[in-house]
Amino acid sequence: MTELIRNSAARLAELLAAKEVSSVEVTQAHLDRIAEVDGSVNAFLHVNTEEALAVAADVDKARAAGEDLPVLAGVPIAIKDLIVTVGQPTTAGSKILEGWMSPYDATVIKKIRAAKMPMLGKTNLDEFAMGSSTEHSAYGPTRNPWDLDRIPGGSGGGSAAAVAAFEAPLALGTDTGGSIRQPASVTGSVGVKPTYGGVSRYGAIAMASSLDQIGPVSRTVLDSALLHEVIGGHDPHDSTSLTDPVGALAEAARNGDVRGLRIGVVRELQGEGYDAGVQERFDESLELLRGAGAEIVEVSCPNFRYALGAYYLIMPSEASSNLAKFDGVRYGQRVLPTDGPLTIERVMGATRAAGFGDEVKRRIILGTYALSAGYYDAYYGSAQKVRTLVQRDFDAAFAQADVLISPTAPTTAFKLGEKLDDPLAMYLNDVATIPANLAGVPGISVPGGLADGLPVGIQFLAPAREDARLYRVGHVLESLLEEKWGGPLLAQVPDLSASTAETMSGAN
Amino acid sequence: MTAVTDEILSFDEAMEKYDPVLGFEVHVELNTKTKMFSAAPNIFGDEPNTAISPVDLGLPGVLPVVNKAAVEYSIMIGLALNCKIAESCFFARKNYFYPDTPKNFQTSQYEDPICYDGYLDIELEDGEVFRVEIERAHMEEDAGKLTHMGGATGRIQGAEYSLVDYNRAGVPLVEIVTKPIVGAGSRAPELAKAYVAAIREIVKNLGVSDARMERGNVRCDANVSLMPKGTSTFGTRSETKNVNSLRSVERAVRFEIQRHAAVLDSGAKVTQETRHWHEDTRTTTSGRPKSDADDYRYFPEPDLVPVVTTPEWIEELRSRLPEPPAERRKKLKAAWGYSDAEFRDVLNAGVMDAIEETIAAGASAAVARKWWMGEISRRAKEAEVDPVDVGVTPELVVELDKLVQAGKINDKLARQVLDGVLAGEGTPEEVIAKRGLAVVSDDGPLLEAIDAALAAQPDVAEKIRGGKVQAAGAIVGGVMKATRGQADAGRVRELIFERLGVQG
Repeated sequence: MTELIRNSAARLAELLAAKEVSSVEVTQAHLDRIAEVDGSVNAFLHVNTEEALAVAADVDKARAAGEDLPVLAGVPIAIKDLIVTVGQPTTAGSKILEGWMSPYDATVIKKIRAAKMPMLGKTNLDEFAMGSSTEHSAYGPTRNPWDLDRIPGGSGGGSAAAVAAFEAPLALGTDTGGSIRQPASVTGSVGVKPTYGGVSRYGAIAMASSLDQIGPVSRTVLDSALLHEVIGGHDPHDSTSLTDPVGALAEAARNGDVRGLRIGVVRELQGEGYDAGVQERFDESLELLRGAGAEIVEVSCPNFRYALGAYYLIMPSEASSNLAKFDGVRYGQRVLPTDGPLTIERVMGATRAAGFGDEVKRRIILGTYALSAGYYDAYYGSAQKVRTLVQRDFDAAFAQADVLISPTAPTTAFKLGEKLDDPLAMYLNDVATIPANLAGVPGISVPGGLADGLPVGIQFLAPAREDARLYRVGHVLESLLEEKWGGPLLAQVPDLSASTAETMSGAN
Repeated sequence: MTAVTDEILSFDEAMEKYDPVLGFEVHVELNTKTKMFSAAPNIFGDEPNTAISPVDLGLPGVLPVVNKAAVEYSIMIGLALNCKIAESCFFARKNYFYPDTPKNFQTSQYEDPICYDGYLDIELEDGEVFRVEIERAHMEEDAGKLTHMGGATGRIQGAEYSLVDYNRAGVPLVEIVTKPIVGAGSRAPELAKAYVAAIREIVKNLGVSDARMERGNVRCDANVSLMPKGTSTFGTRSETKNVNSLRSVERAVRFEIQRHAAVLDSGAKVTQETRHWHEDTRTTTSGRPKSDADDYRYFPEPDLVPVVTTPEWIEELRSRLPEPPAERRKKLKAAWGYSDAEFRDVLNAGVMDAIEETIAAGASAAVARKWWMGEISRRAKEAEVDPVDVGVTPELVVELDKLVQAGKINDKLARQVLDGVLAGEGTPEEVIAKRGLAVVSDDGPLLEAIDAALAAQPDVAEKIRGGKVQAAGAIVGGVMKATRGQADAGRVRELIFERLGVQG
């Protein structure tokens, strides 16, 4: 492993600015790493070698010519394959979009291009971002770099694993119920779900429109802040995007300070259901923060216990409608019925039957049911009421605390296949991350150490539009822990080149 | 069990036994520059699938953005229909799979339309006024256009394949829904036509729609049900879809009343269904069954924020409203001094605005009417276009009239001048010069022609001398023929009498 790929994005930016290294070298090093380890990790669905190197060469040329360049110019990035890109296929992890090329760029992709960041490729995900393990990808599961027999979380397991395996310094994810934060948690990386509306959703293939949010994935808190500044801000193509300026997030990370900060421990997001090892790391982080001058208070959010239930009505309801467009008429796969008359309804049916995987079908059926006449009030209607109650719980909690803290996920990475046949157990992974999506508030997951050799994530939540607080407190905890560990947690990740061979023959 | 029958009762008999209840859903396509939720142009008749954006195709990842102009137009329609305007309203998704709907849901409004609780007073031809209550007017998007190929009927049944054009997908629509209209009795078909005509006129007058029914800018779904006389419980309704001319609206309502009456008389139940109107046979046929339980799984559109209106905004829009058409008509009719019949003909010919402009350009009301209802309408009929599309401007009418008044040309020559102008030969003056069309005003050549005519018809000359002055017409005709119409007939008449020494 070359030392180059071990650098944070911030450090790479410094090296590039100082012309100590070229963007082509940095980009090539990551492409080499992908070639070396991705056969076993399977983080990438598409590797964008040619374009990435061309962009890198452009950046190098511009820098040599003395042009003013954006901060992250030349620093490569991986893109979750839910986000549409011109020139690279976009599959959403689904067979139904196999081979589809978007004729337009997502707004965040336009911003990445404007920031002159080479795109390394598109990362794996649970089909249409539906899952917590990336096992629901139509293109095979991604594996956790900490243990290739284990899941990297989901739905953004590809982005998290790519970053944790040093295949990319940065990645984009999407978070509907925890799809950025939970994979960050189980891979020892950092992931941020911004305030709803903080980053344009235009070009992110919608699962649940009122919950989806694009956000950064990285190895350090500062790196996420830098990327967040690139992708954030108002977009006239997204009516739900906020008009607020992005804010000085990197500065917040650099000037992290928790003295006098009130950190609220959410009573309902710990204890029963949370692994003992997870709880230990969580308690340890609390002590470090208290030691650094934070005031730890306990808050109660009683309605969080209904959040998972409400989420699994609202999300599938919106998804059932959002996914209706995948019918084989205009784009993507078209499957003809094998017998019987060739009517448009039957072509649509055959296409969707063949194109969607089981989890997607499960959610479409759930959502269709929840929105149906006679059930709407009891299911979708009640869920929206719970959503309001969850928002009120947050309001009350943020009256007592500046930020909230909890474990990001109740467990560490589980084994591939372990929960595949038990959807409810799978859904429980998101119990701590879902409330933030229901309320639209921002959240971050930072590495909190290891339990039985597997990463544990610590989640901070802040009031809407107060994303800067997450970077301030996240960076402090990161520094305190790294001091304790004597370096980044990911320095302890096993050497993948060694473990590749044995695992490949083992599981799957 | 439930009979679908094409038997019909006579209209009079139906009216003796039943009271009709009507309801209308009128879709109005707005003429905004761009579509309801995308920046693609809102234009008619382009090459298929060119006036589209990723949003209109429902590509993965796209999001809608509300067109502010469409919201303003919708509010203006609501105000013109005396509606209340919602302070805040949501869009909703109406979910159903159909290939002309790119997302397989239509973005519409459901629980909270932008305009609600209005009314419109409809004046029938004899002056009787019916108040039609408006339940709501809501915003939504149009679907694409399907063309079914290879079948005999042009319908999806029997077609080999279908083509879809998404140019129309996403065009802004306002759907205006009435409350049930009770009490029209035998005037129901007339009222139906008058109501749709009034809506068309209002949106045209507001300038928010091209309002051309033949292009589908205004589309009417007509609901009809019957109640036995003396009862007040609504019967089962049929919904006749897309009746796209005023005449058809009247006929379709009349036919459905007669059909329902026959079904009810036979003791059967009316099927709740959509019907298709056929102009050729002037009948409806069964479409698809429709029940109140049709499940579109409406829910609030999560990709859009609520539309919020302020009293200031609404008042600003109200101040932009033109005078209501009915009031304007009343005022113009009085100012012009036309009779009821004359004014009705003007309205039917669609030349009220043109006459108004012609008068503004300097013509008298009588002259303006003479031109628009006479020569221009005649040409329109020949060319099978609307009079306003003949190519005659109000200014041209005024110019021709001035030339006639000055005695430079007569009415007959004026028509030839018009031919020349329309053929691109230049201004009226230039056409007169080029074609040599000026009235012959020199008495010399006229007297020659008169003498020739008198000589050719000595018996007529004798009659005139004997005091039968009306016989002079034959001599005038002869002179006009000889001068190829370029003589001033009045002057010719004078000269004839002079020549023969009689008093005209």
